Amino acid sequence: MAYEKPLPQPTAIDAPYWEYLRQHELRLPRCQECGHIFFPPNKVYCPSCLSDRLEWVKLSGRGKVWSWVVFHQRYFSSFANDIPYVVAFIELEEGPRLMSTLVDCDQGEIRCDMPVEVVYDDITPEFTIPKFRPIR
Amino acid sequence: MAQMTLYDFKDKVCFVGVGDTNYGALYRTKDPRRNQYTLGVEAFKAALDDAGLNKDEIDGLILVRIPSYQLFADMVGLRYLRAANTFRGEGRMSALAVQYAAMLICSGLCSTVAVVYGNDGRSVGATYGGEGEGSSPYDVLYGMTSPGAAVAHMWRRYMHEYGAREEHLAAVATSNRRHAGLNPKAVFRDPLTLETYLTSRYIAAPLRLYDYCLINDGAVALILTGAERARDLRKPPVYLTATATCTDLTFFYTVDDFFRDGVRRCAEAVFGASGLTHKDIQVCQIYDNFTPTVIFGLEGASFCKYGEGFQFVQNGRISLGGELPVNTSGGHTSESYMQGFGLHAENIRQLRGEAGDRQVPNCQVAMYICPAPICAAHIMTRR
Repeated sequence: MAYEKPLPQPTAIDAPYWEYLRQHELRLPRCQECGHIFFPPNKVYCPSCLSDRLEWVKLSGRGKVWSWVVFHQRYFSSFANDIPYVVAFIELEEGPRLMSTLVDCDQGEIRCDMPVEVVYDDITPEFTIPKFRPIR
Repeated sequence: MAQMTLYDFKDKVCFVGVGDTNYGALYRTKDPRRNQYTLGVEAFKAALDDAGLNKDEIDGLILVRIPSYQLFADMVGLRYLRAANTFRGEGRMSALAVQYAAMLICSGLCSTVAVVYGNDGRSVGATYGGEGEGSSPYDVLYGMTSPGAAVAHMWRRYMHEYGAREEHLAAVATSNRRHAGLNPKAVFRDPLTLETYLTSRYIAAPLRLYDYCLINDGAVALILTGAERARDLRKPPVYLTATATCTDLTFFYTVDDFFRDGVRRCAEAVFGASGLTHKDIQVCQIYDNFTPTVIFGLEGASFCKYGEGFQFVQNGRISLGGELPVNTSGGHTSESYMQGFGLHAENIRQLRGEAGDRQVPNCQVAMYICPAPICAAHIMTRR
């Protein structure tokens, strides 16, 4: 069945992020001057020190659930069959936070600060998106 | 010239006119001719009448949400203005638009400024989330959208950090509704019981239907001028005694301090500049696009400590007759979602003694607080 949910829209700036994900690596830009690692990877200057010396650093893939919500309202027709679905705000071990969702986990067991690790969902042959599962 | 401070700004500018629309009546009817512009003109006309001003005495026009200042200026026949501009249709802009008007007046660029806000969200089916609503391309992959869900993330985290429970929010929703019951222009006036609140559907859990602002049609116009000119006009002037902004602009609407640190900076600035204290505040309007922001705003402005807001709002403390009446016209969840402008109008009416059945007795000092990516606070007073 065709994948109907929104797809990543790579830009000239964040294309490597998506390409690394396709290879099942979670990488984000790290500033070579000050060490700051940030999300989203939509910048060519470090937002902390404004250096342009950025490198794509491989992350541990571990983090915790900073918070989560459960969507009951239908905002996207492509998510209608998933309602009620979870969106989790993940705090990565290296610091940055990103929106994602949780897999291999009942809604009833989700807690703030729950340790999680990345899993790679190959949604299409071109795109892989990061999701997270509890570390048991 | 010595550096000016917020103190130099004190009481230099007044609100002299306020006009709005009958939100309840608009909610129950449809009119194909109704749009942001026509609604804005209705409010503008009402504000002129309220101030006792002729439209040609307006020399500055600031629009919010109404996209084109040019179209609007044409509609109201204002040609030789000394300032005109449009602010985005975001709730955080109401205080900023007022500040801009005040700056125009203080600097001498303008004498009398109209700030006009119009919203036809119900007529055009605004959703504030979903397809084509400008959600982050990184978030939509997971179906994440809407400021309400961003606030739901913060409320979940708040509950985790401080031991609050979902039912603690009901105090905010039911207080707003109680106040709306005393406001003939409010959209929803029927009493809201705790049971109805708790059995209402989730939108983005942990937030429920009654935690969300309305989507309705309406408009608000505010007219400001210098304090000297204000004394000669129809209504008693309401002074913009102090005002301050502090941004918290990050990629996500969800922030880890729940906008409290930004609000704290604003509150310290306006209390410092005005010489007033928390005990002087008789009524407070807090930008409640979603009910948790009332708790975040009270904590940020130090009406209580961080983590105590969910207890502070219980037992009628923020209702009329309580220690600190908040959102006395019904707020964004019950009166009308005018993105902060209805809250400004309410403070003006409370200070003038025009709030009818919901009047705070002898109201002389009012506060406005906006916990949002651009936090803001005003202290407004009457003499």
